[in-house]
Amino acid sequence: MAAATKGAPARGALLSIKIPRGRGASLGLYIARRILWLIPVLLFVITITFFMAHLAPGSPWDKAGGRQLSASVVANLNLKYGLNQPLWVQYGKYLLNVTHMDFGLSYQYQNQTVMSIILESWPVTAVNGALAFLLIVPLGIGIGVIAALRQNTWVDFVAVGFSTFGASVPNLIIGILLIIVFSVGAYRVTGGNVFLPTGGFGLDQHLILPVITLAVLPIAFIARLTRSSTLDVLRQDYIRTAWAKGLKERLVVMKHVLKNSLIPVVTALGPTFAFLVTGSVIVESVFAIPGIGRTFVTAVQSRDYPLILATTVLFALVVALANLVVDLLYVVIDPRVRLS
Amino acid sequence: MAAPAIALEQIDWENPEQIGLWKDAWQRFRRNPIAVLGLVIIGILVLIALLAPVMVALHLIADPLEQNVANSYASFSLKHPLGTDYLGRDLLSRVMYGARISLSLGILVQVVYLLIGGSIGLLSGYFGGRIDNLFMRFVDVWYAFPDLLFILVVMSILSPSLITLFLALGIVGWVDLARLIRGQTLSIKEKEYVEGARAAGSSPMKIILKHLLPNSLGPIIVSLTFGIPRVIFLEAVLSYLGVGIRPPTPSWGVMLQDGYQAIFSYPHQVFIPAVAIAITMLSFSFIGDGLRDALDPRMRR
Repeated sequence: MAAATKGAPARGALLSIKIPRGRGASLGLYIARRILWLIPVLLFVITITFFMAHLAPGSPWDKAGGRQLSASVVANLNLKYGLNQPLWVQYGKYLLNVTHMDFGLSYQYQNQTVMSIILESWPVTAVNGALAFLLIVPLGIGIGVIAALRQNTWVDFVAVGFSTFGASVPNLIIGILLIIVFSVGAYRVTGGNVFLPTGGFGLDQHLILPVITLAVLPIAFIARLTRSSTLDVLRQDYIRTAWAKGLKERLVVMKHVLKNSLIPVVTALGPTFAFLVTGSVIVESVFAIPGIGRTFVTAVQSRDYPLILATTVLFALVVALANLVVDLLYVVIDPRVRLS
Repeated sequence: MAAPAIALEQIDWENPEQIGLWKDAWQRFRRNPIAVLGLVIIGILVLIALLAPVMVALHLIADPLEQNVANSYASFSLKHPLGTDYLGRDLLSRVMYGARISLSLGILVQVVYLLIGGSIGLLSGYFGGRIDNLFMRFVDVWYAFPDLLFILVVMSILSPSLITLFLALGIVGWVDLARLIRGQTLSIKEKEYVEGARAAGSSPMKIILKHLLPNSLGPIIVSLTFGIPRVIFLEAVLSYLGVGIRPPTPSWGVMLQDGYQAIFSYPHQVFIPAVAIAITMLSFSFIGDGLRDALDPRMRR
């Protein structure tokens, strides 16, 4: 039985969020320790990214294709941004600045602080990503559970087929296809009365197509993970017992099946959330969204070191926190899991 | 109540000795038609990849590199069964040739994921405590680390080739699998049968390989099959950035990118490589599901 150990959550609740008694204090300690661990993790991320970025061939002042800057201009720029100093000195100075939240000036967007660029582009990405996440959780888990319950019926085949094709077609093409149908096609058919915008950002119908594009692959993946782990659970003896007791399908699914099949799903949802709220270059390019995903890729391409570092730190923070939440959810889902 | 009777009939009284977990699994795998179908399709794809140059030499299919700009975006015909691309190159031979790079990268990189992600996930989940904390904080770092930057640096230090590409791709993507397996392990290791095995004196290694690994197979398979298209797409992005496979060489990812240019007028350009990727993925999920069923003693019949 899943929840038969002593101190387990109340048996009446569907997906109960009670933490076993006596573990509250140690859990608090665990969370505190994990948050302290963020410091070495971020330091490590900054260190590797710093040296990797500087190691990557090319310099921030290379001009693609056209005429290159003269040597004296490059020397002056290097002087201005401290790039003429030894790498170790630059690294030390950067760390010192980061401790008081100074992430420096961007190279490509001159006279803008990295912080202001991030504060401008991140909310745009986060809104799209968070909405996509809200779509992914119910749809992914729902489709997965239904496919597993109706294994080897047409419902299951449609779900598996959808998820296979959802994963075999890149985001780029899904985005373009949606534009063809719901922007261009709908515009032509309805004479411009009903159609969705092809791009841009706004807190209105502009969100619909990018959010769907972002959600397709994660929905496919979460649905398949849920289906597979639900199938595992459905074969367990306690599920047979639950059916035999004559419990309603809804109760069996919510109380017994879901609770025991969610561990891999929750594991995958953590990083999925982190990736979504920190942006996809492709979706942002297709829909012309001024988000942080594009900022990051142009930063890598133009060797904008401060911007690369700051976006990476932001991502590291989101991933580490998402994974912390996942680890805490394990205890909620399966009270036997012990975090030390 | 017929179950016990059937179970009795199943026992092979002539042959009472135990067969190993994996040997038993193979015997049951062979009896699963969908799993065998998956294996056959992958076999055919591998054969196509291997024989593509021979077929070109024998003029069975056109040369995948031969351009004929006057005949670009041609439709289906006898000479070009799947039509031609934007440079008038034969799509059938390109998709067959593309299997060489896409299939080998797509599959082999999953092996690297399984080795690195599998061992870190299993060790971390089983031993817990300090080992788990160290491994998982390392995973957090690895997640955060920009893949693109890493691959750019690796490929610029080492010279770009299929081997370096394969290493670079393999090293960046194992973290998802490590987290998935660790999560499963954390939960499974508390189950009664693992406790039983430990009480009976099984070594940690034996518990990991005989109980934890087979019981976390479901999510592993899903993660690996979804990893295949991810690697194929990433290869295309890299070749677009000039650090992957050199342009005239066809791969499914590159074909998707080429076809994307004309997606409004000639959607089949995109459809062909996408179907190839989907078939590969589907066959692997068939094999994976069959493997999982074969390893599940409750499915024995």
